[in-house]
Amino acid sequence: MTTLPAATPARKPASGAQQKLLAFASLIALLVFFSVASPNFLQTSNILAILQATSVNGVLAIAATLVIITGGIDLSVGTLMTFCAVMAGVILTNAGMPLPLGIVGAIAVGAICGTISGTLVAKMKIPPFIATLGMMLILKGLSLVISGTKPIYFNDTPGFSQISTGSLIGKIVPTVPVPNGVLILFVLALVIGYVLNRTVLGRYCFALGSNEEAVRLSGVNTDAWKIAIYALAGSICGIAGLIIASRLNSAQPALGLGYELDAIAAVVIGGTSLAGGRGSILGTMIGALIMAVLLNGLRVMSVAQEWQTVVTGGIIIAAVYADMLRRRRAAS
Amino acid sequence: MTQLVRMTGIDKHFPGVHALRSAQFDLMPGEVHALMGENGAGKSTLMKVLSGIYQPDGGTVEVSGQAVSIHGPRAAQALGIGIIHQELALMNDLSVAQNIFIGREPRRSFGRLDEAQLNADAQAIFAQMKVHIDPRAEVRSLSVARQQMVEIAKALSFRSRILIMDEPTAALNEAETNELFAIIRGLRAEGVGVVYISHKMDEIRRISDRVTIMRDGAYVGTVNAADTPIETIISMMVGRALENVHVDIPDLSSAPVALEVRGLNRGRVIRDVGFSVRQGEILGFAGLMGAGRTEVARAIFGADPRDSGEIIVHGKTETIRSPKDAVDAGIGYLSEDRKHFGLALGLDVRANVGMTSLARFSNAIGVLNEAALEKTARDYIAQLAIRTPSDRQEVRLLSGGNQQKIVIAKWLLRNCDILIFDEPTRGIDVGAKAEIYRLMQALAADGKAIIVISSELPEVLRLSHRIAVMCEGRLTGILPGGPGTSQEEIMRLATLKHRSPEEALA
Repeated sequence: MTTLPAATPARKPASGAQQKLLAFASLIALLVFFSVASPNFLQTSNILAILQATSVNGVLAIAATLVIITGGIDLSVGTLMTFCAVMAGVILTNAGMPLPLGIVGAIAVGAICGTISGTLVAKMKIPPFIATLGMMLILKGLSLVISGTKPIYFNDTPGFSQISTGSLIGKIVPTVPVPNGVLILFVLALVIGYVLNRTVLGRYCFALGSNEEAVRLSGVNTDAWKIAIYALAGSICGIAGLIIASRLNSAQPALGLGYELDAIAAVVIGGTSLAGGRGSILGTMIGALIMAVLLNGLRVMSVAQEWQTVVTGGIIIAAVYADMLRRRRAAS
Repeated sequence: MTQLVRMTGIDKHFPGVHALRSAQFDLMPGEVHALMGENGAGKSTLMKVLSGIYQPDGGTVEVSGQAVSIHGPRAAQALGIGIIHQELALMNDLSVAQNIFIGREPRRSFGRLDEAQLNADAQAIFAQMKVHIDPRAEVRSLSVARQQMVEIAKALSFRSRILIMDEPTAALNEAETNELFAIIRGLRAEGVGVVYISHKMDEIRRISDRVTIMRDGAYVGTVNAADTPIETIISMMVGRALENVHVDIPDLSSAPVALEVRGLNRGRVIRDVGFSVRQGEILGFAGLMGAGRTEVARAIFGADPRDSGEIIVHGKTETIRSPKDAVDAGIGYLSEDRKHFGLALGLDVRANVGMTSLARFSNAIGVLNEAALEKTARDYIAQLAIRTPSDRQEVRLLSGGNQQKIVIAKWLLRNCDILIFDEPTRGIDVGAKAEIYRLMQALAADGKAIIVISSELPEVLRLSHRIAVMCEGRLTGILPGGPGTSQEEIMRLATLKHRSPEEALA
């Protein structure tokens, strides 16, 4: 019964792991390059600044990763983040409610908006690109309308700024004052990484992106799961909204546009396939760190900001091309 | 003994097609029951009704003597009906075990997965099937044969008593087929009823107990596999009286050879195919689905890479590496899926006709000469009798027959004198079909070399001056066209399975 030729065992581990390894090696190379190029780069304060800068984009990229693995795309993560921040402002500053309610409210608003996006995609069969493009514009507009186009400050809620800028770790180990925003990012990455690899929801993320029709024919309620995945992504955008509002101590309604592209860039650099079916949170985290290290390093080396954007664009193309080459090799 | 399945009077309509006409089928426990018929006979549709994918418009389905209505894949699973589709429905990025238990993952609290249990359960099924597959392997990394085993394991995991297999050996080699048959025999011994859809005659004899034949969506008859000659089964499949066709076969012995193909090979799908077509000749390609006819056409056209093979056009060996090379050599390919590959549906007739010849209608900086394009388009509209309000009409608004004529015009304008038609009348109504046939005959009379691939035998018989028949990537014979050749003869060649020398000795 064992006459079948053995499946080539070498191919499988090479696929996802290799891209992650490549991304990780690039990250290390960047770190080495910048620390040699500039003595200021490896200072603790600078490393913390890099991590701080990663926190918002990293959280949004985690949300985007979930949706992209299902074979979809979420363009609304940036303006949804802002919308959640504005809603936190409405709850805490305008209505004067206590802090926990603001936190829960912002995340709930994110989940509701994600549910709407998911419903548009799953039930109304609107292509994810269009559905979330619409949501992106709607949420941008609503943020401006609700806030009256003016920032909402959190001066009445003194604990609010601690969400991002305080440091729980610094209280325990004073020499490493890692800001809470960064802590939230890493905890979230661990949680969502676990969800993706060890839970039913995560399993259906990959299954939907791999072959949705096959999942449906297996008797799975694909629409409901898709909506749940978009909702989870939305609630993560709510967390990002809290982090950014806390860091600025205000909800800036005009902010948010463009964040979705940075998030998608991080996901792609991290080796998640835009075609769906494969991807990882670890890869996304590396991708987000590569972007932050690059921007920070170029700044430390006094490269003009305009050029930083050019380099980021080049990195994205290079990362995806490397992935294509690897795939072609694996296929042949 | 109670029948596992009894389907009677099953009717199913699709828009424009009466797919099942009072079809019937029954299955006993511990039986392999083959379902046969030509392409489009309704075999797969009938089985999709049984597995809950289609709802019948009429008729009754009984499972173990109980009338049931099967409302979806879930309901079918609950009744112990498992289906293995022709196209494997697997999630390539997931592992073997994850695929088998998709939707029924063993869970712990909070939606957490019990991966160890999952893999152990999959292992148990493979042990029962007596195959060795690592439940943790990614499905993408498995051979097609092993992916098939995963599908079978998935069906078995539902404790299926009824297993439907739709052309399971289409992509398997001899050794893999033997292994599959061993598994099927094992299941039969355990009392599972297996429905086996296949085109391959010798397989039917080897594996099945009874054979039910369908034609044009209707039931023809059920026979015992062991004592029914293959000829009888073929004539039941073909059945329909041959319409009175008269093919004028011109004497082409002095006509120059337009295209010659030698030793064409591509993996397992094309094996050592060689033939030639003369100017003015229509060479038909017959065969069952998956015989490799489209693959041959695509390899000649440079759309797929080939492992080896020489392509000689008008006596000159051409290096064809891409469709552009083929077009430059004067070869045009009219895809079976003209909506995807043949036409820009949203553009007008003029744009489509000129599509591949724009260089001739533009000046040095690429500005198009619309007046010349318009004149050319109108000439073809008149010449090919394309029914369209004007050359500005969007192609998607035209009928299938007229769309096909536009594709023909496109290639004629490109000066292609070797035209490969792949299923030229698919989706075209009867009246327009005759018109396309006349057009193809006129093109041949005009000196074009024409290759026509068709799954409809009457079409091949009606058009072809010679008929090449393929089976499993091999050219099994070339028959003369005209009334001397019967559908039965073609079917025999189309099911002539190659045997390796070792087997012939055994």
